[in-house]
Amino acid sequence: MTDAIADRALWARLRAATPARIALGRVGHTLPLEAVLAFQLDHARARDAVHAPFDAEALAADLAPLPTIVVDSAAGDRAAYLRRPDLGRRLSDNGAARLAQAIAADPALGGRDVAIVVGDGLSATGVQAGAVTLVRALVAQLHGLSLAPVVVARGARVALGDAIGAVLSARMVIMVIGERPGLSVADSLGIYMTHDPRIGRADSERNCISNVHARGGLSPDAAAAVLGRLLRESLRRGLSGVDLKDPGEALPPPFLEQDALDD
Amino acid sequence: MLYHSNFAGERHRFDTLAAVMACATPARSGDALAGLAAHSAAQRVAARSVLADLPLRQFLDVALVPYETDEVTRLIVDTHDAAAFAPLAAMTVGDLRDWLLLPQTDAVALAQVAHGLTPEMVAAVSKLMRNQDLIAVAQKVRVVTAFRNTIGLAGRVSTRLQPNHPADDPRGIAAAVLDGLICGVGDAVIGINPATDSVPGAFSLLTMLDDLRERYAIPTQTCVLTHVTNALEIIARGGPVDLVFQSVAGSQAANRGFGIDLALLREAHDAALSLNRGSVGHNVMYFETGQGAALSANAHHGIDQQTMEARAYGVARAFDPLLVNTVVGFIGPEYLYDGKEIIRAALEDHFCGKLLGLPMGCDACYTNHAEADQDDMDTLMTVLTVAGCTFLICVPGNDDVMLSYQSLSYHDAMALRAMTGVRAAPEFEAWLAKMDLLAPDGSIRALGDGAAGLVHRLTGTGLAA
Repeated sequence: MTDAIADRALWARLRAATPARIALGRVGHTLPLEAVLAFQLDHARARDAVHAPFDAEALAADLAPLPTIVVDSAAGDRAAYLRRPDLGRRLSDNGAARLAQAIAADPALGGRDVAIVVGDGLSATGVQAGAVTLVRALVAQLHGLSLAPVVVARGARVALGDAIGAVLSARMVIMVIGERPGLSVADSLGIYMTHDPRIGRADSERNCISNVHARGGLSPDAAAAVLGRLLRESLRRGLSGVDLKDPGEALPPPFLEQDALDD
Repeated sequence: MLYHSNFAGERHRFDTLAAVMACATPARSGDALAGLAAHSAAQRVAARSVLADLPLRQFLDVALVPYETDEVTRLIVDTHDAAAFAPLAAMTVGDLRDWLLLPQTDAVALAQVAHGLTPEMVAAVSKLMRNQDLIAVAQKVRVVTAFRNTIGLAGRVSTRLQPNHPADDPRGIAAAVLDGLICGVGDAVIGINPATDSVPGAFSLLTMLDDLRERYAIPTQTCVLTHVTNALEIIARGGPVDLVFQSVAGSQAANRGFGIDLALLREAHDAALSLNRGSVGHNVMYFETGQGAALSANAHHGIDQQTMEARAYGVARAFDPLLVNTVVGFIGPEYLYDGKEIIRAALEDHFCGKLLGLPMGCDACYTNHAEADQDDMDTLMTVLTVAGCTFLICVPGNDDVMLSYQSLSYHDAMALRAMTGVRAAPEFEAWLAKMDLLAPDGSIRALGDGAAGLVHRLTGTGLAA
């Protein structure tokens, strides 16, 4: 009995040291049902996040009073989106026309300092839940820079932001996008920033702030503060990407000890 | 050169050997993404009929990736063993398929032709083979490598213990290592993917793993899967490097994307050998590959992803690795869309690697945006085991909490051993027996006295503190 207590105490210490699924016990030569179902639930949540429909119009309405434009990428549906990342990087004809019409109606919308794009990416769930707060935090960091209408994009990959920024002739584009869901976090957002956006920009010409979520990730305000520093530095130096470093303090690690104790 | 077929009354024309290869490949999303896939299911079969009639020599005469501009092609061509190829020299690709399946084509015969085969030849023949053919032939190949234990012997499947932690916390990693050892996992390697790719970080993790291995007296090898240049730096600083790891791909340009070339791999191989840390053998390299790596770097030269993958094995075999594995479902659904494509690709990769003479293992895995789940992985681990896969990667509870993908679990390894009777490397198995973890039938015992008892037997470890 003393041994059993010592054993439980040891495993409790080991489990607290990692969010990994250790010390699950065993039934025969495999997992206990409880662990199987817990895994299946986490996987189901991640799958649901990947396939959840993105209500772009509702998100646009939630962003009021900011002006918004809703567009689609060239990926027609979710299956095409997952198979063809190239289509998710291109605007649909309809989407391109919609942006062009907006600028034709009000030429002052073109050539702004900053364009913000909100894309579903691989987690519509995450974007639907967290993008409005994050966009407001980002806008608060602009400090007088002019902002184009916020574009809400369905079927979006990161580089779609460059195509949109180019049509809007924006000096900078900021893409807020749902990250690939993991088993522990299904609603994480990423922020990508490109100076002088145009089609064909390489990944190395973008800056990325990832892991914006509530389970030990970056808070929207902390992420926006980092973005604000990068944005000003990028405009000052006229570039973005690997040659641009965050001039502020180092980013906090994406994982906090607290997570290990959650479940 | 044009390639024609008049197959069952349908005429098909292919402009290049690359087109024949790509169109003959079983359907997968990556080839469609690259615009290389067959336009129809019938065209796919027609391409196979063209491929079946091509002489194997064709692959020596026609370079799919240019010799002049690609050092991987030069490596493949310049190290081709004409004497080993001689018995196959008059065969077509279809003849090779039939020869491979003959009962008298045994382990010895297959080993004799391994260096006469090029990656392109084995890729070509794999496209004519059903899954069962890929299993039946791979099962006959025997590739044995060694460092602190002996890997690849008949009736054995080794496992990599992958104890990753999102912040590289040493206690968290040690906890995951202990949990894996209790399940009998870790004879291929105890290998960490570090969250932060730095020399000091990798050095301290490596030292921690080495201490753990020494204290437990475990007959296995450890590895921190950091970039080869970091490993060289760690070796220069006197770090305990058992295996040098590197991801490799099938073209010079794709390898440049990984920040490597063949000269750098040679330098690393020599440096690791110079440490002379192996006790029963001197295979010191560990490579990972995966279909789609070249395409994702836009360095595929218009060649289908499976052929490019086989060319990566051409790179790997130049360095006598202890371990090679395909990370088959990791790269995402734009390359392998679902469980069917992942399982097919894993069997192709295993077959091609084995035929070329590599100790081929597999990370049977998938991401959350692929159409796959643990049922697919159960199928995959079972067919790979029947195929004689050298080793499988295992993580706690199927969930890699650092890389955010799902692989096999420690428990899956236990289930496999119980289901199929496959055993761990003999030296490691002896250690399991000493730790009272081994049942007489080779399965892994549940600890009667729990982990505390084991830790007590492994006295002196910091874990129980």
